[in-house]
Amino acid sequence: MATTTYAPLPAQTRSLAAPTSRSGIWVGIFAITMFFAAFTSALSVRQGSGDWSHITIPSIMYANTLALLLSSVTTELSRRSITKSQASGSAMRAALPWLGVTLLLGVAFVVGQYLAWRELAARGLYLATNPNSSFLYVFTAAHVLHLLGGIAGLLYLGVRVAADSTTLRRSSFDNTAIYWHFMGVLWLYLLVVIGIRL
Amino acid sequence: MEQTSAQPAHVHAPPKTFLRKHVFSLDHKVIGKQYYGLALVAVFTGMALSWLMRFHLVWPAAKIPGLELLSKAGAPGGIITPEYYLSLLTMHGTLMVFFVLTNAPFAGFGNYFLPIQIGAEDMAFPRFNMMSFWVTFVAFLVLLLAFFIPDGPPISGWTAYAPLSAIGNDAGPGLGWGQNLWAISIAIFCIGQLLGSLNFIATTLDLRAKGMSLMRMPICTWAWFVTACIGLLAFAVLLPACLLLLLDKLAGTSFFIPAGLVVSDRLQPHAGGSPLLWQHLFWFFGHPEVYIAILPAIGIVSHVLITSMRKPMLSAKVLIYSMMSIGFLSWMVWGHHMFVSGMNPFSSLLFSFPTLTITIPATIITLIWLGSLYGANIRINSASLFALGFVSMFVSGGVSGFFLAQPSIDIYLHATYFVVGHFHMVMGVAAIFGILSGTYFWFPKMSGRMMNETLGKLHFWITFIGTYCIFMPFHYLGMAGNVRRYSSFVDDYMAPLMPLHKFISIAAFITGAAQLVFLYNLIHSRFRGAPAVENPWDATSLEWSVPSPPPWNNFGGKHPVVYHDPYQYGVKGSKGDYVMQDSAEQPATS
Repeated sequence: MATTTYAPLPAQTRSLAAPTSRSGIWVGIFAITMFFAAFTSALSVRQGSGDWSHITIPSIMYANTLALLLSSVTTELSRRSITKSQASGSAMRAALPWLGVTLLLGVAFVVGQYLAWRELAARGLYLATNPNSSFLYVFTAAHVLHLLGGIAGLLYLGVRVAADSTTLRRSSFDNTAIYWHFMGVLWLYLLVVIGIRL
Repeated sequence: MEQTSAQPAHVHAPPKTFLRKHVFSLDHKVIGKQYYGLALVAVFTGMALSWLMRFHLVWPAAKIPGLELLSKAGAPGGIITPEYYLSLLTMHGTLMVFFVLTNAPFAGFGNYFLPIQIGAEDMAFPRFNMMSFWVTFVAFLVLLLAFFIPDGPPISGWTAYAPLSAIGNDAGPGLGWGQNLWAISIAIFCIGQLLGSLNFIATTLDLRAKGMSLMRMPICTWAWFVTACIGLLAFAVLLPACLLLLLDKLAGTSFFIPAGLVVSDRLQPHAGGSPLLWQHLFWFFGHPEVYIAILPAIGIVSHVLITSMRKPMLSAKVLIYSMMSIGFLSWMVWGHHMFVSGMNPFSSLLFSFPTLTITIPATIITLIWLGSLYGANIRINSASLFALGFVSMFVSGGVSGFFLAQPSIDIYLHATYFVVGHFHMVMGVAAIFGILSGTYFWFPKMSGRMMNETLGKLHFWITFIGTYCIFMPFHYLGMAGNVRRYSSFVDDYMAPLMPLHKFISIAAFITGAAQLVFLYNLIHSRFRGAPAVENPWDATSLEWSVPSPPPWNNFGGKHPVVYHDPYQYGVKGSKGDYVMQDSAEQPATS
């Protein structure tokens, strides 16, 4: 192998800007998708056992779905007002009302899911009653647990926006919004699976 | 008004308090060392358990003093019961696979070196990173707790096959709360690994220094990145599996327990579950886990070999693509663990094909190593010896995989010592060789001191010869029909195998003792070793461009600019026969 000779170039200035991470949220969403995909494939295998029945979806779940979809709209409205305040240099607090509505709708969804579980229990359907009820509780509870993470994110944003924090990163806002939308999409998927398979 | 921070999320202030510096540290280097330390505790615990098992196998009537204190029911009078043997086996496997083979090469070295090798100040999410270690630590404590509860550790093996793992104490000791603690521990472990994998991927994608294109990343960075991608998918499936197992045990559901199951004369109050479902979910994680253990070792060894050979690999690109192919194929082969589980025989054929296909990229990697080593004037030291040892183990252990990948041969060899020999060599020992190679190579950077080379070489030769003496005969035992998981071999057909078992046990005691030499070397060198310079191995990657050990923010607040790939060896640069990645030198003649 011929040896290459290296000669120094004139010294270059080092770059000053550190890059920042933008893909973390998508990687997280990918992992959560896989988590629910595992549950779904478990459902497919378990369905083959022959003791499958059918569960009518508690009607409150449709109202819950509406609340969650609406909350995605209000998230975008609050994001829009953040963009506006950034452009005009005004206080971030303008975003607070829509953020608050999003939070309320999120909490309403969780309470609604709790009421749905109460309705199932009243029908005599508990976690271990039959495989359908087992999967229904597992799907909804796992989704609510993930949604609580989103609610924690919204609360954090709310506190920082209320204090008009100067160190709040725009990416925190964007990532929470992306996560929140994903929770809505995930719920729609679960609702379809529950409706068709359970 | 300033609404966005000038500092990116991963940049944090220097640690001031003791807790922030050494315990709840946000620094990826401290977290890496914490993972490594945890793996060290786990590996010696796991090794001690294997000593107990090997001792009992060849001297079943001999008392082990003090063992009664650990478990009165499991070792009455210091003699291990068949059930307690299975408990020790479960804990050995779980500790080694999760807390050693996943923690050390991936989470340990990866955390410490991935950000430095790509020129970043820290991981993308330092708080998640800290959380990932402490969550893993809690998982470790929960697992060990199983030793100290009346129920004892589970007897279901590290694979925890349902339905026996799902029905509680009717199926045997340790399957009540022992099994619950196991499932809780592994579920927590999954959360830690998911946070870790997320960090690795986001950091690699987003925080590379200027000029650090993907193909300029060192091979070990690539290995950690591919491993993180595998881990993200694998642990996201094991977590729900553990949750469903816990629900079957604690909430009375029937995910894994079939109808009409009678165990210990009791009809189990469950219906319709599928024991195969557990195996599908478990092995969907379990097989990629093999690559989670081995890919970082492949990366570390390639990194060490390139530095020792003073020349690039025949093709780093092909090696990297091969690692990616292994990662991709790892998702299609889980059924080869289930050839005799009652799965449709046609499915076996379907899983056999990709399993045999995966040997192609593995062989390409091996050939690249061997081709590159051919004619190389290699610098022999403890790190390069363990790297060469890895290649040897990887080949020896991998070859038996060809046989096991074929259902017709696997039916005979399944659940024998042949399988135990195969996975110990190719996954266990090979990965450990990768970890040890990495330790001897990076210790100067991590501690600022050199390890003792004489002790290192002694450690290598005893370990290398010892592990062959232990695990090669396993294959013969398996071919002779020696089943695994038995605590004693009293049948007529197994009695002739006892001398070989004695040989293996003695080899295991000697090889284990050699690891104490390593431990001594590690601790002694940490405090008394000769001071290490910035770049003791004349290496090109970025971790060797910073002081040993690096400051808390790695590059002292500057951001390196990268001009080369890390394979500029055998050239004529200002420092000698190599040019560093961040050196502005350019070929005078191109």
